[in-house]
Amino acid sequence: MSEQAPDGEYDEWLDAIADGEAYYVECANGHGWLPPRRVCPTCGSRDLSDQRLPEAGEIATHTTITVPTPQFEDDAPYVTAVAEFGPVSVTGIVRGVDPDAVEIGTMVGIDVGDRVTTGDRLVVFRPR
Amino acid sequence: MSDPRVAGAGVTKFGKHPERTGRDLFAEAGLEALDDAGVDPDDVDSLYYGNFMGELAEHQGHQGPLMAEAIGLDAPATRFEAACASAGVAVRGAVQALRNGEADVIVVGGAERMTNIGTAGATDALAIAADDLYEVRAGMTFPGAYALMTRAYFDQYGGSHEDLAHVAVKNHEHAMVNDHAQIQKEITVEDALEAPTIASPLGLYDSCPITDGAAAAVLTTESYAEDHGLDAPVAISGTGQGGDNLALQDRSHLAQTPAADKAAEEAYADADVGPEDIDVAEVHDCFTIAEVFAIESLGLYERGEGISAATDGETDRHGDQPVNLSGGLKAKGHPVGATGVAQLATITWLLDGSHPRADAVPDGTVGVAHNAGGTVASTTVHVLEVAE
Ligand SMILES: [Zn+2]
Repeated sequence: MSEQAPDGEYDEWLDAIADGEAYYVECANGHGWLPPRRVCPTCGSRDLSDQRLPEAGEIATHTTITVPTPQFEDDAPYVTAVAEFGPVSVTGIVRGVDPDAVEIGTMVGIDVGDRVTTGDRLVVFRPR
Repeated sequence: MSDPRVAGAGVTKFGKHPERTGRDLFAEAGLEALDDAGVDPDDVDSLYYGNFMGELAEHQGHQGPLMAEAIGLDAPATRFEAACASAGVAVRGAVQALRNGEADVIVVGGAERMTNIGTAGATDALAIAADDLYEVRAGMTFPGAYALMTRAYFDQYGGSHEDLAHVAVKNHEHAMVNDHAQIQKEITVEDALEAPTIASPLGLYDSCPITDGAAAAVLTTESYAEDHGLDAPVAISGTGQGGDNLALQDRSHLAQTPAADKAAEEAYADADVGPEDIDVAEVHDCFTIAEVFAIESLGLYERGEGISAATDGETDRHGDQPVNLSGGLKAKGHPVGATGVAQLATITWLLDGSHPRADAVPDGTVGVAHNAGGTVASTTVHVLEVAE
């Protein structure tokens, strides 16, 4: 675990996911983003509110990484995916399934896990 | 408003030079460019310099003045950083300054030292072109990010790893006569398909190598070139830059590169040309799929049709639309902060007939250079034309 100050709203967001209360921020015009955000890049709205993240997301794309950065050396091979949860997409590592079984369209839930190599927290997707 | 001229260019041999400092690499390219241009160094108004990972690779920030010193310039120097498009944004800045009368002569260039930190170190350094909180911490690597885009492309438009292998085979063949290139070795489709996987579906031969190298060019105004009798027949007639959300997850497209669409539209409008006018292109093929994205964004191919261009032989040196006659980043190498200026030098040499692959475009008058940063959150496009 790296001995660093938490990264503000990003770490608060991970805490919320771990507590089963994952959220995203939404602007007045319904555009969704992940925190921290002070303004919607799409429409410029600064009127942002927290919204509950849908329980299930759908994998939009994925890759099995065999040559990792040193921070993931003991994690490889692992599956990194982008999953769509309603109006936002999230990048995470898919666990609890054979890498060859991951497909575009696979439905996943979101959780927080630990990186094997360093113990740092990360976003984890599990099939549901 | 007249178009800036490319008065001279210099590029080091791209490859593994782990013991050579960034300043030494840049000095070689920069001095070659100055000599080629025949410009008095005292006339240089500024250095615009691209570099991405200097802090990590050499523990060296503030490289602008260091590099000016390295090529004997007493001139203000600024480093431009836009990941792998660092040199492309330096070129754009120089073109704008020359056009608006702020300068008569600007040296643009870039350098990167990468192999001294090893594959793991370079993989780590390249990864931070992505969003650290939302991508790097989810295990994203640079090849991994392009692998995500590759799978999205195949899903949306079709295509196969074999099509990508043809891109690699083509670019390796193109590099065979380019002595600046890092890899001068022909490969087969089978070699590419059988290579180890880095990030599925991409394998070793879908990826550019890790490279040390530098590139520089001397850009002048048309009037400076005329007044000083410079041999500078190639002009930069169009410049464009586009941006996108940094993280893939926030993009409107996973299988397109809108930042490059915007850069191309702007550059074409600026030069008053269209895709149909382009004789030759150097595009940012850091991965084989990236060449596909590039030729579609440049309008050389319809969306979804770029994937088969290499397979069909259209983009090789015998085809109607040659792409990456230098060997591209794939075979020429990709010292990230130097790439945009190396592309500029290549197009200049292809158009003035001095490049070893110039025979592929004997009557070429219009070329385009496409330089992309990260997963194409930054892109520059420059149009070059024979002016004389
Ligand atoms: Zn909005």
